Amino acid sequence: MTSAPKIEFRNLRKTFGEGASLFTAIDNLDLQIRDGEIVTVVGPSGCGKSTAMNIVAGLTDVSSGECRVDGKLVNGPGPERGVIFQQYALFPWLTVRENVEFGLRIQGVGKKDRETRALHYLDLVGLKAFADAYPKTLSGGMKQRCAIARAYAVNPSVLLMDEPFGALDALTRVKLQNQLLDTWSRDKRTVMFITHDVDEAVYIAHRVIVLAANPGRLQEIIEVDLPFPRNDEVRLSPEFITLRNKVWRAVYHRDDQAA
Amino acid sequence: MTAVSGTTATTWKRKLGKSSPLIYGTISFILGIGLWWWATKSGMSELPSPFAVLQRFAELALSGQLFADMYASLRRVLIGFALGSILAVPVGFLMGWYPIARGFIDPWIQFFRVIPPLAIIPLAIVTLGIDEKPKIFVIFLAAFLSSVVSTYQGVVSVDKTYINAARVLGAKDGVIFTRVVIPASTPFILVGFRIGLGSAWATVVAAELIAAQSGLGFRMQQAQLYYELPTIFVSLIAIGILGLVMDRIVVWAEDRLTHWQERV
Ligand SMILES: Nc1ncnc2c1ncn2[C@@H]1O[C@H](COP(=O)(O)OP(=O)(O)OP(=O)(O)O)[C@@H](O)[C@H]1O
Ligand SMILES: [Mg+2]
Repeated sequence: MTSAPKIEFRNLRKTFGEGASLFTAIDNLDLQIRDGEIVTVVGPSGCGKSTAMNIVAGLTDVSSGECRVDGKLVNGPGPERGVIFQQYALFPWLTVRENVEFGLRIQGVGKKDRETRALHYLDLVGLKAFADAYPKTLSGGMKQRCAIARAYAVNPSVLLMDEPFGALDALTRVKLQNQLLDTWSRDKRTVMFITHDVDEAVYIAHRVIVLAANPGRLQEIIEVDLPFPRNDEVRLSPEFITLRNKVWRAVYHRDDQAA
Repeated sequence: MTAVSGTTATTWKRKLGKSSPLIYGTISFILGIGLWWWATKSGMSELPSPFAVLQRFAELALSGQLFADMYASLRRVLIGFALGSILAVPVGFLMGWYPIARGFIDPWIQFFRVIPPLAIIPLAIVTLGIDEKPKIFVIFLAAFLSSVVSTYQGVVSVDKTYINAARVLGAKDGVIFTRVVIPASTPFILVGFRIGLGSAWATVVAAELIAAQSGLGFRMQQAQLYYELPTIFVSLIAIGILGLVMDRIVVWAEDRLTHWQERV
């Protein structure tokens, strides 16, 4: 590897509670994510995927070891790391446009500039017509697109996505996956993307990180050497099927082997 | 042609469906008054008839007495309620935001909450005198206690994901407080206002029955001494109407301020 890693976990350990109720959520995690890489994270429920992401986001502390972004130890959240939550987390008291402007306003961007930029990103996710609507009037897919626009608006160099499409129907999912890849092909942001959907994990990734549970740890890293741009042709190719089977086995067949 | 008459029929049905609570309400109201009138007319009840009450209402309104009483009661409620809520909101926020503040303040609030505000009146009269102060104080207390609890509840129940979403967009504590915690807890605060205003109104009338020289409660107390049933009725109806109007105003404000809320 020529350049320094964008995100780096070094000997990371995260425990919750203490004494008898001490619980190791992540044990001894070593992982490097390159600049401009899309990495998907899969693994059984409770294996520490969200915990690992929250550590990168600066929302959770580490117990020991370290997590670095751009070579700097993570210390609290920052606008260079955009987060997209599964539950959308749109502010219901703000309109779609005001939601997208939220981060810009904190940065002190002027009213006019803010509006222009918000509308630009809303246009990008196809929500321009709903700029003045309140989140309660949007469908799940629209809410998530708004959340994506909100994250993009502050121009982060890393996107952290925790099962962002988990609550959406299959068709909307595929659309948003393609949209994500489309945007990525232009700006090449680093993406860390958690999912339970094996197809999704393979389709969008350069590498799939498989975690194991109890305690949460690295199980396997699967290189996805499928060509870009990804499209239906790629999705239906035998190479894709082989890879998704490999990921499936890594996630679900472990129990059989262990037993 | 058929299409047109079809739409007209559905529009009609919709209109009827929408306004039927109002229609039923009006019919029910008229029936109730009719029953009252019949009961007093047939001598089944010694209550004054609706007409006697209406007549007394006109007398009290024309002499200005009714409005003076309403003004006296409303003034106490509004002053007490305003003071109580103005203090309750910051105290509630403080308790929700800082666990230490919660630890210090909560036991007092829990204790005073179980004392009916009226039970404070003897103490208030002894310490604050017999003028407006004890009444306003008791109403203040009633409004404060209900508003403070709901404000505090509103702050602690702010969804953690909103706070995290704000933090990852670069918000620090100050911004999180003003742009996330305050709007997110507004619905709770308004519910507290509604309960607070209700209990303030209940308290003022009761306080006036015990110790006052003016107000709707005082008027009823006087009427009771002279067996003036129509005056009692007029006062009761005025209390009900004013209470209803105040409640509707808070509901209206609630709708305007929290229209963004998802309602199920
Ligand atoms: N704040 C916390 N306090 C105590 N335990 C926690 C806390 N957060 C997470 N855990 C525990 O750590 C483990 C990993 O949780 P995490 O949310 O990271 O799992 P996950 O891989 O994201 O699971 P899922 O796929 O279900 O989202 C779980 O066993 C969970 O119970
Ligand atoms: Mg999770």
